[in-house]
Amino acid sequence: MKARVTVTLKNGVLDPQGKAIEGALSTLGFSGVGQVRQGKVFDIEISGTDKTKAETDLKAMCEKLLANTVIEDYSVSVT
Amino acid sequence: MKSAVVLLPGLNRDRDMIAALTKISGHAPATVWQTDTEIPDVDLIVIPGGFSYGDYLRCGAIAARMPVMRAVAEKAAKGVMVMGVCNGFQILLEAGLLPGALMRNATLKFVCREVRLEVANANTAFTRGYAPGQVIRCPVAHHDGNYFADAETLTRVEGQGQVVFRYAEGTNPNGSINDIAGIVSEAGNVLGLMPHPENLIEAAHGGDDGRALFEGVLAKAA
Repeated sequence: MKARVTVTLKNGVLDPQGKAIEGALSTLGFSGVGQVRQGKVFDIEISGTDKTKAETDLKAMCEKLLANTVIEDYSVSVT
Repeated sequence: MKSAVVLLPGLNRDRDMIAALTKISGHAPATVWQTDTEIPDVDLIVIPGGFSYGDYLRCGAIAARMPVMRAVAEKAAKGVMVMGVCNGFQILLEAGLLPGALMRNATLKFVCREVRLEVANANTAFTRGYAPGQVIRCPVAHHDGNYFADAETLTRVEGQGQVVFRYAEGTNPNGSINDIAGIVSEAGNVLGLMPHPENLIEAAHGGDDGRALFEGVLAKAA
């Protein structure tokens, strides 16, 4: 199975990198760009076929390592 | 005072820390490697600065999950003094031994310069060598020193006097919330700070404002 974990900053947490990207997009002439928030994507291969178990494991991975839940939210999807 | 320094791949301030501890306490610290599961009986455990695991994932994130950190947490729970400087501070936060997180500097730039620190709480094992409100010189060198905690945590940390160092006189180099440069745990025996007191302990450094921190710990341990 292939899994994708997305980690993003929580609302209200300042994202200086997102701000810089926002400024650069505007410099390039892209109009209509609102707030930009930078995040991380992890593509993870999971053995087995039990999707529910994979999701449970992935959430545990997020809680224990992939995300810092003080400042970040995460979501998981398995296909 | 007996001390131990935690070594991890990618740290680069370990030699400075070992030199400072040796000069001030008169004893060379023990060193413990990341895979060690036991730490000798010491008064102080130090996690020095650097770039453990190349700052991969998040600063300090991988290091905080190494076996030695379980041993550090056990010692901390027993009241042993633990100090993390720079990357060491990031590791203590990632390990959950201190509240909050350190984010990319608001300027997005690596800062390497001297700042002023106000001693916000002189009533801890680490700051007893300073006067309350004293402003000291201290060097910083980091890319991710922007302290953040959610409103509730921040209120608690401030209310309990856990903020021990603040950037003073407009020298906040990283956008840190409330100018926070260093905090202690609720029990007061774990300190994390971004600045490098070990790099300002003798005349050859151009000053010795960092020395009183080590001497305070030494006196506490005696």
